[in-house]
Amino acid sequence: MSPTEPGPKNGAADQRIEVRKTYKLYIGGAFPRSESGRTYEIRDSHGKFLANAALGSRKDARDAVVAARGAFGKWAGATAYNRGQVLYRVAELMEGRRAQFAAEVASAQGLTLAGADKVVSQAIDRWVWYAGWSDKIAQVLGGVNPVAGPYFNISSPEPTGVVAALAPQRCSLLGLVSVLAPIVVSGNTAVVLTSEHRPLPAITLSEVLATSDVPGGVINLITGRTAEVAPWLAAHQDVNAIDLTGAADADALVWAELEGASTENLKRVLRPAGDGVGAVEPDWSPTPDLTRIKFCLETKTVWHPKGG
Amino acid sequence: MAKFEYAPAPESRAVVTIAASYGLFIGGDFIEATDGSTYETINPSSEEALAEVTEAGKADVEAAVRAARAAFEGPWSRLPGTERGKYLFRIARILQERAREFAVLETLDNGKPIKESRDFDIPLAAAHFFYHAGWADKLEHAGLSGGSGQPPRPLGVVGQVIPWNFPLLMLSWKIAPALAAGNTVVLKPAQTTPLTALLFAEVCQQADLPAGVVNIITGAGETGRLLVEHPGVDKVAFTGSTQVGKAIARSIAGTRKRATLELGGKAANIVFDDAAIDEAVEGIVNGIFFNQGHVCCAGSRLLVQENVADDVIMRLKHRLQTLRVGDPLDKNTDVGAINSAAQLARIRELTEIGEAQGATRWSAPCNLPDRGFWFAPTVFTDVCQSHRIAQEEICGPVLSVLTFRTPQEAVAKANNTPYGLSAGIWTEKGSRILWMADQLRAGVVWANTFNRFDPASPFGGYKESGYGREGGRHGLEAYVTTGANR
Repeated sequence: MSPTEPGPKNGAADQRIEVRKTYKLYIGGAFPRSESGRTYEIRDSHGKFLANAALGSRKDARDAVVAARGAFGKWAGATAYNRGQVLYRVAELMEGRRAQFAAEVASAQGLTLAGADKVVSQAIDRWVWYAGWSDKIAQVLGGVNPVAGPYFNISSPEPTGVVAALAPQRCSLLGLVSVLAPIVVSGNTAVVLTSEHRPLPAITLSEVLATSDVPGGVINLITGRTAEVAPWLAAHQDVNAIDLTGAADADALVWAELEGASTENLKRVLRPAGDGVGAVEPDWSPTPDLTRIKFCLETKTVWHPKGG
Repeated sequence: MAKFEYAPAPESRAVVTIAASYGLFIGGDFIEATDGSTYETINPSSEEALAEVTEAGKADVEAAVRAARAAFEGPWSRLPGTERGKYLFRIARILQERAREFAVLETLDNGKPIKESRDFDIPLAAAHFFYHAGWADKLEHAGLSGGSGQPPRPLGVVGQVIPWNFPLLMLSWKIAPALAAGNTVVLKPAQTTPLTALLFAEVCQQADLPAGVVNIITGAGETGRLLVEHPGVDKVAFTGSTQVGKAIARSIAGTRKRATLELGGKAANIVFDDAAIDEAVEGIVNGIFFNQGHVCCAGSRLLVQENVADDVIMRLKHRLQTLRVGDPLDKNTDVGAINSAAQLARIRELTEIGEAQGATRWSAPCNLPDRGFWFAPTVFTDVCQSHRIAQEEICGPVLSVLTFRTPQEAVAKANNTPYGLSAGIWTEKGSRILWMADQLRAGVVWANTFNRFDPASPFGGYKESGYGREGGRHGLEAYVTTGANR
């Protein structure tokens, strides 16, 4: 090859081959592949191939529960002020990656880039909204009880423990954040099954989480078939609560069966929105109420005598 | 130690009139059951039959739910909160007026000492109605909307199933908040303790409560199952065993019915070496021998710091020898009768297993009556965490003693149970109380006291002790919807 010739003569002189990302699970602060070795194809809203995502398994879900249980004590024991700052930091880091989030949301949900950008903004703002709740929850939901006797009596909310969640199937990022943030803000740890067909924004979020101050194990994200993995989480004896929001539009999944399986250790259950046996994915745009924060809280009441 | 001798001091039975038989209270009237089957409710301290009560069948449950629905859609939901509240105030007052009658009847049907039914069950039941009456016209101030912008609304017809350990008190925990929030109810009292609920039906009549707002149906587990699973019931409230609670949770899975479940417990009562030991011993006694130990939140596991264990156990045994076990109607009685033959069999079975597994059994020496169901206050030492008497709810006057060395060990042992209803802490060190209270996974923590209850104070469990709270603003939440937008 002559030194004057600029490069290969295949007509791609100025075309660079993109370095694609391998999309993996997020468990215990690390990015493992599925222990099953399986992957599945993720396609955009037009059916074009995007990536091979990890096809999470029962074992992956169990590993995630172990990681979440291990992280619970320290996260629940952190000060509310600290948790608020950690959640706010997630918003900060998302802001720096918004172009990537917007591109992934656009291709997953068939939105324009401008439309996707708006959704990303809402998702970032939702972290900020929930971050601010961390040190308000106890005052709003707890308080002193005027008992008829010489006792100091106070009720305060506490996190219930390890919470499993089925992330919304359609709204891949804002929906995910809207489900996840209210679980962890009060000190619970989370195992989330991401949107089955639109998991890529969730994995990018896990990369944000890994470089944020959220301790490993507090948030665990599993990609894969919702109907395959969800029953194992619903029946898991070391999961304290399960959010079935993502049952709406999930392939081959009956939320009643998941609720049934969850009764063996009396999990707290957040049923999907909708009437009767149906399930609909809510509109995630409006400012939330406290339903999601409350569903994974316990009220603890402490008594002590008063005396001189 | 010699017991003080007391002359018998029986409370008079004359204050209460028990009918020979009772129907079902549906739509404001006592009616005959459709299928007509009945059973006897007995006095567990003498096994004498008290009355014949009705076993409600499918058609009866149907009629009760229909009556409750009609009342909900009719007068009750149209009534302003202020007026609704006034009915509850009336009920509270009538309960106070007829308190002695209720106390005697409760003791006859349940077997608990009259001093407990008179000074605890009935006054607290009235207090629950009085407390919730005031909420009826203030629901929008209860902070329950959570930003949804919607005022709290009633759920509709509530199906309620309650246990035999505090019959009227559990009725009041269920009915008072449900009515205050504007719901109507169908309540099934426990099979063995229906009489005070049936007398409460009379109170509803005296209060002129609109027909169908409160319906009382008697029967056994099957009647309860029919009620809980009835499609016309919008909400289920249950207090009882974890096993039945799980069955209820399963039966409503996949529906839009809501539930609160207040289930079993295996509470740790934790005594540190710096505790006021004599006070702690009183707290241990109150924790497990109050109401014959028929208390879901009873302090059935004593965790005592190793260096004071011998002293605490010695003083505890000394104290237990002064407890007076016997005629529940006697005003000096401390421990009454076990509620039923079935429950006595369960207590015997588990205590025998305790011995077989290697724990050391000690029972207070006392003369138990020949007739009725009795069990002497019993303490097990040398108990391991794996023993069934350390894991399973006995629901009787049986205490399992374990020891610990450090606060961390106490926490680990206290939390080593699928239950999470209550816990006790005895220490003079404030910072340790607050740290322990944070660490214990239990819905109610009593520090330097035990078994305190109040209508303003939320009660309920973590983990397999159920979900939802009863009492206070938190308890009200279980009976309203606020149209959450999430």
